Amino acid sequence: MERLGSGIEAGRLSTNEYVSNFSDLHPRLDKHEALVAADRCYFCYDAPCMTACPTAIDIPLFIRQISTGNPLGSAQTIFAQNILGGMCARVCPTETLCEDVCVRNTAEDRPVEIGRLQRYATDIAMETGRQFFERKAPSGKKIAVVGAGPAGLAAAHRLAVNGHEVIILEAREKSGGLNEYGIATYKAVDDFAQREVDYVTAIGGITIEHGRALGRDYSLSDLSTEYDAVFLGMGLSGVNGLGIEGEDLSGVEDAVDFIAALRQAEDKATIPVGRRVVVLGGGMTAIDAAIQAKLLGAEEVTICYRRGKENMNASEYEQDLAASKGVIIRHWLAPKSIIGKDGKVAGIEVEYTAMADGKLAGTGETGIIAADQIFKAIGQTFSATGLGALQFEKGKIVVDVQGRTSIENVWAGGDCIGHGEDLTVSAVAQGRDAAESINSMLAAGSQPASAVA
Amino acid sequence: MADIRNNFIGIKSPNPFWLASAPPTDKAYNVERAFKAGWGGVVWKTLGEQGPPVVNVNGPRYGAIWGADRRLLGLNNIELITDRDLYTNLIEMKQVKKNWPDRAIVASIMVPCEEEAWKAILPLVEETEVDGIELNFGCPHGMSERGMGSAVGQVPEYIEMVVRWCKQYTRMPVITKLTPNITDIRHPARAAKRGGTDAVSLINTISSIVSVDLDSFSPNPSINGKGSHGGYCGPAVKPIALNMVAEIARDPETYGLPISGIGGVTTWRDAAEFLALGAGNVQVCTAAMTYGFKIVEEMITGLSNWMDTKGHQTLDDITGRAVQNVTDWQYLNLNYIAKAHIDQDACIKCGRCHIACEDTSHQAITAMVDGKRHFEVKEEDCVGCNLCVNVCPVENCITMEALPAGTLDKRTGRPVDPNYANWTSHPNNPMARQAAE
Repeated sequence: MERLGSGIEAGRLSTNEYVSNFSDLHPRLDKHEALVAADRCYFCYDAPCMTACPTAIDIPLFIRQISTGNPLGSAQTIFAQNILGGMCARVCPTETLCEDVCVRNTAEDRPVEIGRLQRYATDIAMETGRQFFERKAPSGKKIAVVGAGPAGLAAAHRLAVNGHEVIILEAREKSGGLNEYGIATYKAVDDFAQREVDYVTAIGGITIEHGRALGRDYSLSDLSTEYDAVFLGMGLSGVNGLGIEGEDLSGVEDAVDFIAALRQAEDKATIPVGRRVVVLGGGMTAIDAAIQAKLLGAEEVTICYRRGKENMNASEYEQDLAASKGVIIRHWLAPKSIIGKDGKVAGIEVEYTAMADGKLAGTGETGIIAADQIFKAIGQTFSATGLGALQFEKGKIVVDVQGRTSIENVWAGGDCIGHGEDLTVSAVAQGRDAAESINSMLAAGSQPASAVA
Repeated sequence: MADIRNNFIGIKSPNPFWLASAPPTDKAYNVERAFKAGWGGVVWKTLGEQGPPVVNVNGPRYGAIWGADRRLLGLNNIELITDRDLYTNLIEMKQVKKNWPDRAIVASIMVPCEEEAWKAILPLVEETEVDGIELNFGCPHGMSERGMGSAVGQVPEYIEMVVRWCKQYTRMPVITKLTPNITDIRHPARAAKRGGTDAVSLINTISSIVSVDLDSFSPNPSINGKGSHGGYCGPAVKPIALNMVAEIARDPETYGLPISGIGGVTTWRDAAEFLALGAGNVQVCTAAMTYGFKIVEEMITGLSNWMDTKGHQTLDDITGRAVQNVTDWQYLNLNYIAKAHIDQDACIKCGRCHIACEDTSHQAITAMVDGKRHFEVKEEDCVGCNLCVNVCPVENCITMEALPAGTLDKRTGRPVDPNYANWTSHPNNPMARQAAE
């Protein structure tokens, strides 16, 4: 296939180029690198990094454990707070979380490489197969978890540790949720998401049933009847549409599908990509799709975002990464219509935007960007059914600080809840905390009703 | 330009940086390289008596401790004196001295503690026309088991006796090298002086086990599963060496006795500190063994730039300048009051000062002010201990500021007394007497 062939084509690159382009973005630090990086940690008091971490991992402690040649102890410190610490080490936007507040930024504008150190420790522990948790005596309680994504897995693990029996109901073929289907390939190579699922479920007491979709195969009320508690950890299955002319043309695709297909493809040469690609959106999904389109051999990849750089949800680091791969990021451009030729995408008409009276508005000036493939990455929506009378707000499930929903014995966490932050690490924290809440509830309920005289 | 030429007990060298008697000075090849690199002098690695030379272990001779990023902080060794034939060394020494007449070469010697042994070797060394001798009474390992090295240096009477023999049987200047493996360094120094030594050099290495292999449970360096204590040196020992140099420099009995300072000298600054505490020059080993001979360039330029900046013209302007400021604790001014001060612009908010003070000291540094992460000294609780300064990762972020006389010390609620007052006259001292002033 021609590198510069027009239209949407697979196999634009050589085998070696595919391998190189989709290899590990940041390979694991070797021991020497890890020790040098760990030496830079000041072991701060009440460390800002720890506060910035949604799962509150004791970062100074785990780094000190690395520096003293105790990577297993380090991994234990990480997993105690975040059982998906391995994936978080790969996908967390550390530059806006722990590393953003590292005091080394003040000292010398370069934070301790917390994410990469976390990967060093967790990789070692997972490769040795070391498990740090033992299940408590069986409680006799059964809990249903809907969705085997980060929130569901974190909840299931913590519940299993506490002696409960967990059944995870997963709609898709594989477990992992976004970790399996929604992460750029180069961030989690070598089937890491599945290895992590295996590591998490090795605690025992967790059964995952695949192909079981809420609303299709069962309803929430079925679960409430059958189980002692339910945790809802669904992701966002709906994708926002553009609502403009030409959206149905061949070549207009959802970025999430493209990302998922890439992750699932053994051979990246089988994934077709346009010669000229336009990605619409300003979040991580847009960046991941744009970079990977470029890595598949697209000649020209342009991200169009309707607001300014400062409004983009994608972190500065991700934007720079995209730029370094040759992606062009254009701001203040909104899609107006998609232009087709012979039923296929030929270009996109965009309109310049500006803020007027505090509102985003088109300026009237338009232009056309030639494109043979357009990815939509303008947000996803929660579109589950079978949830009965569960209370929603702005399309998401309402929960309290413990993750309790409006229905008794039903908890929720991750992207499906109101204050979901669209981050793996936040989903983990919500799943873990909901599990603790469930555990307290069950423990209280199993107390003998004593009538002490 | 500062004049850093050195005249140590009549031995002249272009700078005060000598290489100590150790592996770097074991043979002509190394010493030639050292002189080419710019070293002012060397103390040739210790010669033993005529006959079959000593043997070294054939496994590892060194062990180390490291700081961050494997910076070598302390080195320990179990190497013995030269394991080369005496005459090979003497011939090379004579040739190198001829090649480098402006550099100092001093022969280190260690022979059994018998008059005949010393009487025999001294003329042989004298014949090489090197500048002087250094008596190795310091080595704490191996040779000490045979009644030499620190076994002599730990008995003042032996020191005095051997020094006396040397002064009797050679015209060469005698430097007596002292072991730190004793309780009070002043006693061996006094003994050396009584014996007539021209100078002392110190410290030799400190008896040490540098680490234990936790798999084999052998001390390091491990020789077939066993280890033996070695001699410890490098940056880690400098504070011990500085104190011992100062003790001798300010002891009335040895006051004015020339001192060659040894122990962890790594930079020009270390050297300047030794000079300030009374050393006439310095000897270096571990720094050269870590980085190679080139480091002397930094030492030479660093020392002379500092001297130029401060207006010191010769080494005599520096040597001993700090000695008068070393005193006994009982004479320290108890009316001097300092408080820590944190430069908020320099602070990176790591909180180490806070937790060190909070957990282990005086609870005198805040962690939070008005709901914000903020580290500030509470003067009413600060005793001025300096711990925060020492644990702060940012240089000069925390400083100790002396309270001017008359200002209120918020901790005691009393104004700062402008008068000097020490423990000897303090009311809490049961043996209080009038200040000695």
